[in-house]
Amino acid sequence: MLPYLSLAIWVPIVAGVLVLALQRDGDAAAARWLALVGAVAGFAVAIPLYTRFALGTAEMQFVETVEWIPRFNVNYLLGVDGISVLLILLNSFITVLAVWAGWVVIEKRVAQYMAAFLIQSGLINGVFAALDGVLFYVFFEAMLIPMYLIIGIWGGPNRVYAAIKFFLYTFLGSVLMLVALIYLYSVSSSFSILEWYQLPLSLKTQVWLFAAFFVAFAVKVPMWPVHTWLPDAHVEAPTGGSVVLAAITLKVGGYGFVRFILPILPDASHYLAGFVITLSIIAIVYIGFVALVQADMKKLIAYSSISHMGFVTLGFFLFSQLGVEGGLVQMISHGFVSAALFLCVGVLYDRMHSRLIADYGGVVNTMPRFAAFAMLFAMANAALPGTSGFVGEFMVILAAVRANLWLGALAATIMILGAAYTLWMYKRVWFGDVANARVAALKDLSKREFWLLATVAAAVLALGIYPKPFTDVMHASVADLLAHVGASKQ
Amino acid sequence: MTAAVTVASFNLGLALPEIVLAAAACVILVADLFVSDARRGISYWLTQLALLAAAALTFALPDDTPQRALGGMFVADKLASVLKIFSYLAVSLTLFYSRTYLAQRGLFRGETFVLMLTALLGMLVMISANNFVPLYLGLELMSLSLYALIALQRESERAIEAAMKYFVLGALASGLLLYGMSMIYGATGTLDIGAAADVMVRGTPNRTIILFGLVFVVSAIAFKLGAVPYHMWVPDVYDGAPTAVTLFVGTAPEFAAFAFAMRLLVGTLSAFASEWQGMLLVLSLLSMLFGNVVAIAQTNVKRMLAYSTIANMGFMLIGLLAANSDGYSAAMFYVITYVLTALVGFGIVLLLSREGFEADQLDDLKGLNQRNPWYAFLMLLTMFSLAGVPPTVGFYAKFSVIWAAVDIGFVWLAVIAVLASIVGAFYYLRVVKLMYFDDPVDREPIQVRGDTRLLLSLNGAALLLLGMFPQMLMGLCALALTHSY
Repeated sequence: MLPYLSLAIWVPIVAGVLVLALQRDGDAAAARWLALVGAVAGFAVAIPLYTRFALGTAEMQFVETVEWIPRFNVNYLLGVDGISVLLILLNSFITVLAVWAGWVVIEKRVAQYMAAFLIQSGLINGVFAALDGVLFYVFFEAMLIPMYLIIGIWGGPNRVYAAIKFFLYTFLGSVLMLVALIYLYSVSSSFSILEWYQLPLSLKTQVWLFAAFFVAFAVKVPMWPVHTWLPDAHVEAPTGGSVVLAAITLKVGGYGFVRFILPILPDASHYLAGFVITLSIIAIVYIGFVALVQADMKKLIAYSSISHMGFVTLGFFLFSQLGVEGGLVQMISHGFVSAALFLCVGVLYDRMHSRLIADYGGVVNTMPRFAAFAMLFAMANAALPGTSGFVGEFMVILAAVRANLWLGALAATIMILGAAYTLWMYKRVWFGDVANARVAALKDLSKREFWLLATVAAAVLALGIYPKPFTDVMHASVADLLAHVGASKQ
Repeated sequence: MTAAVTVASFNLGLALPEIVLAAAACVILVADLFVSDARRGISYWLTQLALLAAAALTFALPDDTPQRALGGMFVADKLASVLKIFSYLAVSLTLFYSRTYLAQRGLFRGETFVLMLTALLGMLVMISANNFVPLYLGLELMSLSLYALIALQRESERAIEAAMKYFVLGALASGLLLYGMSMIYGATGTLDIGAAADVMVRGTPNRTIILFGLVFVVSAIAFKLGAVPYHMWVPDVYDGAPTAVTLFVGTAPEFAAFAFAMRLLVGTLSAFASEWQGMLLVLSLLSMLFGNVVAIAQTNVKRMLAYSTIANMGFMLIGLLAANSDGYSAAMFYVITYVLTALVGFGIVLLLSREGFEADQLDDLKGLNQRNPWYAFLMLLTMFSLAGVPPTVGFYAKFSVIWAAVDIGFVWLAVIAVLASIVGAFYYLRVVKLMYFDDPVDREPIQVRGDTRLLLSLNGAALLLLGMFPQMLMGLCALALTHSY
């Protein structure tokens, strides 16, 4: 059998390095095409991970292991279960979109731009596939470098502040996790994550480790109150950067919760569940209100992301099959929906060079086809049944109601708030009379933009109408995860 | 321990690399008199040849078990071999990187090469010292050569000032060292490192006197490493010296300083480990915090890298203070990777300098990505390596020392260390920001010799390759320690 996971990691990285080698000639077209080929190849090698995935088992699949640093018993250990395999597919898919989204928009240093996305894609696949603590950490940290450059080089006017804030914030979280990983090694003599699942730890130790891991992943998710880097990063990043940030990077945080915190620290997770649920509810409700008053479209979507990711952490800490699966579905769905919304803002920004809602109005008159796509994605963000947004949120709300009626009621406010801020933005930007001459001069979607949005629209609808292929994959792994969470390790 | 000194016990073969270097220094000093300015390259290549010969000889030495020579004053062990080979490498690369720089400033002269060789000789003697006397002699030989090297640019007031400061403070440190050694000698009655250690373990020396001696010895070590509060000379010397000399001062002597600490603390005073552990802890904490915080305020690359050195030595000390073989090998790994990284960093600064222009301001790095993406990438690797971000080798350096701290139960120290590294990340990121996010101010084409370009590229690639495959170097460090102590 081919080493599919290694391919999913290294094909994009090698393609990225090849693209970089092209930069000397200043041949932007060649760099673009090579990058697209690389991204599509990266997605193609990831597909067998799904088609050959064995359902009904929680065992790690496609396992590869090579001795790497024997000095610290570190191995190049890869494997996926029903949770991570979908995230790898999502990432490889979104990378194609990101490359495509930057096609004509990026004019300076094209090769470096494309290479940064490809290399980042490989590194993120590494994060999802790594089953060794050090290997995970290496990918987890290394993926910051391309995003730092993407925001800093191709970003908006305040890009330097946003890029440095993004890096330092996430670096702060991850170095504490490094200490936690090393601590786990010093008590277990192993960096294998799966072995840590069996490691007995006292509640006090677990709480300390929980704090370290929690900071790392809460910053990534991001949870209130460590979310402030995200609106800045989103606003300043180029469209492709925002797409990858929202669709993938945030998911790394969510993934960390289910791969590390819940199974390795079950007692601390139960002990601190109330705390995490409180933060999640604050994110859902408070950040929802914050999103309502944003004047900048990208900021609005950024806050909407934080609010939706609050749903993910809420679902995880309800410790039920429905809640965890709902959280995971929500992650995948949010990956598509937020990517689509950022692509829509990108379409407008490329034409008008403004992200302010006040500069728009009546776009539907000049861009009818675009308005139809935007309507679909806005509805998906507001969790309309039939779109992907509904499935995850419904599962989490159901799980929350089962746990506690009031919790369910608070969680359900996202349905109202989400609809409020998304549709209100839609009304102000798309509906109404043509606001000014610049809106009147807008041209509808180009072929590239049309197919770009159509691809995401298909995914959003598919996941909304028939989510079974996605949820089937995760059943066994989630059940196994809950078995770990349920078993005390003290 | 008064073994009869016979010719056989001199065992001169073990010191052959040092003898060759000493002879080469003399030959080059004389030969250079007969070489015209236009053909100064002859002395330069002779120097490189001498380094290569010494490296080959060191490589060929049997070092699986420690062997004494020169009446027990000199020891050849695996630790010494590894450190020496990296010292040759560092000096050789320094010469390669700084050739153009030296030539443009009238420093491409026999004196420069000879002083570098004698400084290196001093380092080698320190690395192999098994007795307080050669340890001190090596230190002095190295330091005096360095003072002269820094002051070599006679017309530069800043260089002279830096040399004077270094000299005055260095003399003080030497005094402290001698005082400390004399106390240990007084308490144990021997100058031999192994014998003194024996007396401390088995005999009943006066602990108070040894403790006093220990304080002075640790001060001298801290001075050589540039640890806070003995760091005052570092920024001034790094800044004032010609960049080529800064590169020299900032790289190979770190190996000597590490060996110096190993021979004294581990070789001699291991019975007092719990005492020096506390002292190193304070030095380490102060260096990490102070170095990283002050570096933020710098506008000069050389000063920034000076404070970065201080902070990095603080990290390295975590490995030493673990006081076990794993910690020492982590510290050794740290020093080696730090030197490899600093070589690239200063190499880029040298490369951007040209006649009448020192690229020593941070702003001179602006827009480097647009001027030359490859050099910008090498500097990016350097900065991320210094910040400890994977997949560069600097990550494993930090990883190893943090593990050493966690392993002895100092989790809180590990937490402070990683928090300090976040402060550090800020100014390293700022350099990346200048190179990648800003537009260039200076648009002169960068002209580089082919050999410099190749070696610098290999050196930079090594940061990445060692970052992906650190096992070899880690294993080598662990092996060096187990075969030596």
